[in-house]
Amino acid sequence: MTKQFDNIGLRRRELLAGTAVFFLGLRRSQAAAIYGALPWAPNAGDPPVPVKPGPWLFFTGAEGRAIEAIADRIIPPDPQTPGGKDAGCAVFIDRQLAGPYGQQDGLYLRPPFQAGMKNQGEQSEGGPRQSYRSGLAALDKACKAKFAGKEFAELSDGDKDKVLGDLESGELKLDGVDGKAFFAEVVKDVQMGFFADPIYGGNRDMVAWKMIGYPGARYNYLDWVNRHNERFPLPPVAMTGRAEWTPKAR
Amino acid sequence: MPRTGAGAHSLAAMGPVTAILLTIASAIAGESDPQDFIQIEKGRYLAVVGDCASCHTVPGRRPFAGGRAIETPFGNILAPNITPDRDTGIGAWSDDEFDRAVRKGVREDGSLLYPAMPYNAYTKMSRQEVLAIRAYLNTVEAVRNAVVANTLPFPFNIRAAMHVWNALYFTEGAYKPDPAKSADWNRGAYLVDGPAHCGACHTPKTLLGGDKTSRYLQGSDLQGWSAPDITNDKVHGIGNWSAAEAVSYLKTGHNRVSAATGPMAEAISLSTSQMTDADLAAIVTYLKSLPDRGGAATPLAAQDPVMVAGAAIYRDACSACHGLDGRGTAQLFPSIADSSMVRSDDPATLIRIVLRGARSVATAGEPTGPGMPSYAWQLDDAQVASVLTYIRNAWGSGASTVSAQDVARAKSQLASRPD
Amino acid sequence: MSRRLPKRDVVIIGLGWTGSIMAHELTDAGLDVIAIERGPWRDSPTDFPPSYMQDELRYRVRHELFLRPDQLTFTFRNKIDQTALPIRSWGAFMPPNGVGGGGVHWNAEMWRFLPTDFVLRTHLTQRYGAAFLPEDMTIQDWGVTYEDLEPHYDQFEYLCGTSGTAGNLKGEIQDGGNPFEGPRSRPYPTPAQAQPFGATLFAKAARELGYKPFPQPSGNLSQPYTNPLGIRLGQCTYCGFCEWFGCGNYSKASPQTTILPVLIRKSNFSLRDNSEVVKINTDGSGKVATSVTFVDTSGQEWEQPADLVILSAYSMFNVQLLLHSKIGQPYDPVANAGVVGRNFTHQTISSVNGFFDNKKFNFNPFIASGSIGMCIDEFNGDNFDHGPHGFVGGAYMGQVQTGARPIESTLVPPGTPKWGAAWKQAVRDNYLSTIKPGTGVHGSFYAYRDVYLDLDPTYKDRFGRPLMRMTIDFHDNEIKQNAFMTDRFAEVIKAMGANVLEKQYRTAPYDVTKYQTTHLNGGAIMGVDPKTSVVNRYLQSWDVSNLFVLGASAYPQNAGYNPTDTVGALAFWAAAAIRDQYLKSPGPLVHA
Repeated sequence: MTKQFDNIGLRRRELLAGTAVFFLGLRRSQAAAIYGALPWAPNAGDPPVPVKPGPWLFFTGAEGRAIEAIADRIIPPDPQTPGGKDAGCAVFIDRQLAGPYGQQDGLYLRPPFQAGMKNQGEQSEGGPRQSYRSGLAALDKACKAKFAGKEFAELSDGDKDKVLGDLESGELKLDGVDGKAFFAEVVKDVQMGFFADPIYGGNRDMVAWKMIGYPGARYNYLDWVNRHNERFPLPPVAMTGRAEWTPKAR
Repeated sequence: MPRTGAGAHSLAAMGPVTAILLTIASAIAGESDPQDFIQIEKGRYLAVVGDCASCHTVPGRRPFAGGRAIETPFGNILAPNITPDRDTGIGAWSDDEFDRAVRKGVREDGSLLYPAMPYNAYTKMSRQEVLAIRAYLNTVEAVRNAVVANTLPFPFNIRAAMHVWNALYFTEGAYKPDPAKSADWNRGAYLVDGPAHCGACHTPKTLLGGDKTSRYLQGSDLQGWSAPDITNDKVHGIGNWSAAEAVSYLKTGHNRVSAATGPMAEAISLSTSQMTDADLAAIVTYLKSLPDRGGAATPLAAQDPVMVAGAAIYRDACSACHGLDGRGTAQLFPSIADSSMVRSDDPATLIRIVLRGARSVATAGEPTGPGMPSYAWQLDDAQVASVLTYIRNAWGSGASTVSAQDVARAKSQLASRPD
Repeated sequence: MSRRLPKRDVVIIGLGWTGSIMAHELTDAGLDVIAIERGPWRDSPTDFPPSYMQDELRYRVRHELFLRPDQLTFTFRNKIDQTALPIRSWGAFMPPNGVGGGGVHWNAEMWRFLPTDFVLRTHLTQRYGAAFLPEDMTIQDWGVTYEDLEPHYDQFEYLCGTSGTAGNLKGEIQDGGNPFEGPRSRPYPTPAQAQPFGATLFAKAARELGYKPFPQPSGNLSQPYTNPLGIRLGQCTYCGFCEWFGCGNYSKASPQTTILPVLIRKSNFSLRDNSEVVKINTDGSGKVATSVTFVDTSGQEWEQPADLVILSAYSMFNVQLLLHSKIGQPYDPVANAGVVGRNFTHQTISSVNGFFDNKKFNFNPFIASGSIGMCIDEFNGDNFDHGPHGFVGGAYMGQVQTGARPIESTLVPPGTPKWGAAWKQAVRDNYLSTIKPGTGVHGSFYAYRDVYLDLDPTYKDRFGRPLMRMTIDFHDNEIKQNAFMTDRFAEVIKAMGANVLEKQYRTAPYDVTKYQTTHLNGGAIMGVDPKTSVVNRYLQSWDVSNLFVLGASAYPQNAGYNPTDTVGALAFWAAAAIRDQYLKSPGPLVHA
């Protein structure tokens, strides 16, 4: 019996250095005839590629400063858990904006673009990259106007919190940018970076997961389903493992 | 694992003329009667047991038309065309010439075959059985496919050198039953050492490629895989499989403990899954009579840093399928805890499976064909070594450790392999 | 220029649950079957390995396994007098893509509909009078009964190895099961899954309030299982990465784990993946389907002729393909004429989050399966007297939390700031002691005259075809129904011992940005009258008798349950009709 599988080999995408990019559902992107047996190739799969530390891939220096400062107010550092900046949330956002998410891969971007009701969803042509570019610029511009030439990152923590609070309430208006919407987007992204797998640049050393008691990328809890109201004792593990996976030197 | 090649088929359709030519061809090819259906069926079954297709058929191409590369330690040999084609196949051979090739390793022109053709196993068949195979081959479609015979590099392309090899390793002669053993045992011994030629993969080889008879069926390696010990050894062999479990493995590729992948998957798919239950039971009777070599290694202590790291990886990653207790799920995920393959002297298969993933065989009896994903992207060499050392030592008896260098070496050797 | 392929007996459009069931049944009947799937081939070890499947960002937030809107999307508006705009990024639902379809990423919640659900108009009219129903409510009877489908529910549940506790065995109510369910002929193939703390606490509170809680029927298996095809499934390990994700260890029922390994070995089956069917072609009379046209990834058009066409592309795409192929008269809500696109429905979902004292409660909410949960069905369908309440329909409700992946599950009590030190502390304090049921209230969505599907006048897809337009809004009936349900649900969450409740009612207008399950139904509904349905009781097109349209597009309205068990049962029912009746005598099976 003929067994055939005419397919291009499964290969990991070569990626921009430092972006953890994933294939947007089009991995085996060539049509194939499949019959006879379940397809197979060695090293099959499309694992995520870890974000590499390094210079910003999307943000300018000023933008990076601003977003780090914002991240550290959205998630302030405390003695037990680092803040948004040290946890890598700004790195997370930078790499996301540099990758397919930033360029709105997979979204329907055909015209005409018409404003609609809020419950019809986002209808603007610009995506997250434009949102951050113009949002951060407008924020620094507003701060400089209000605080004698100081950009957001240079303000005291108290002033930073006031600015962000006013952005959230709508009291502080940004020039040419919906400040409320922009702030909500940044809060969403900073917190997302905080809780995502460290492979994407945030949640460094799984600090967020340790904070909440989330055990991470585990797959088998059969010995714990019926243990009710007891603290799960194992440390969190990320997709790239945990420190205990490497044997300690004798 | 063999892969299909792309490209057009070589035989042009010629309609009714072909049928006439075939009839003439088979009438002339040897003395077999093309209407002796009993002999032909016997030959078909023996060809399945002997797994002729696994070498002489390129997957996806015409049966027995040859051209498949057989990997040997000395280079690749292309298996010839054994369809009845007169020019490029064996259609012009006499029965004697066919018999001499299969049971004595001599080609029709008198030159010697390389033992990649396991004539040293097929010698155990009788002439009558070989002629039955001939009768069956006479019924397959004649395919015009010229295969280049000599592809080994110097000095291995000197066929005359096989005289020396034969003197060392080839004992001619049909199987002689042992009167002290049961009919079943004898049938099994005949199959294992004869047409099924299990030792070709499962008996380790000397430098010259002959069998190390002192380590008969105790495991060997080929094509980047390690073939395990198939004696009744409890630690390394099939000693803790029941007879029924062993038959199930041969028939379906799966049992409570293990799942066949790699070259064994093909052997099961093309050969053993199509053998009778009685023959499989006989093989198992024979194999389980081969004694335990004893001497299990002491397992590494649980506090050893490598074991600690391996245990963490096992719990976090492997337990998803192989279970928290290492026992997997019967017929679906191998039971690592009592798998002898896991404790093979040679961890080549283990390393390979973890790095590249694996697809277990799907058969009519066990169609699921579960697969294991590749972990090369996730585990570095030290981590692969730790988790493999762990699974070889965590449940009862021990086995040698796997080092990061072992893994690195395997990686570079596997890099060029397509399967 | 279309290139013509050799004819096959059957062409199947879309290889999800219904396509796989039909391919299996028809190849068994000896037919030569080709399936054409828009998305890629997918399989467990190559596409859902338990080494990187646990990635909330990639699969839940960025929807990697789902259809890309730029490949195909819809436009949306609430009312007829509004302009529909494209859904540029998914929100309210996520259409599947790829071999296995929704069966890959679903939660495997396996509910049968109630017997009364299939004769809804007759039943409600009898009990409450026609005037009790809103004048523009267009609910209909299905044309099949629960009794017709029972053997096929059984067939699908045994295919999947469903884990559950029977509530009604041949008319005898069983302890521990759903006392309201229709009679089943035999118990579930595997026992119910073990329940985590939150679910057992919900059950305790529900019992104390006088309800009869039972485990949610689950296609995530409680133990290893061999299905009738000889395919082996494993035991679910409660990883908490179920919906949105493929299953890494063969323990979630899907076409991959229940049908495809056997199907792919059959010499009379083959598949083209990454190939999108763009049209079903009919002959000059318009009554016979002759072939389908599909486009591969190089843009090449192919024509696949076949004697029998199975349209199993997911409910929405079924309707869209019928509209593009001009099969059946499109529905016009103003004239109240036509059939293709009418009775479009979704699901009415809400929930209540509960915040508990973290010194007394630790739920380990990350330990869960997709179909875990203890539920009550007292308020579903017509299981209670609706007379005093002024609405019809209902919901099951339960602590059905499927995991606690942190991006989505780090809730803070209402009134907590959304950022800053207070937020951070609240997250830290509440993660392990919060109940977040998700689809805690899972309610019906009945059909209305002005909730429908048609083709958009402005926006086009990548082939230049009009996108399909959804006109959908909540009606008072569902809003009232949901308010009642949510309040009942909140009572149980409170009785569990929650300090703070966060009630999340479903409110109008329908919001296409807020996720509400991908249970989209209707548009090609089944029925007894070709003037008000697209397919007959065997899911055979009234217009084109060699075309069958499978899936939830057949539902005249949606009940208060997840649709897939009924989708599977109907597929087996239709397959039986094809094998036993149609193949022997091709042509219309029902003469209206």
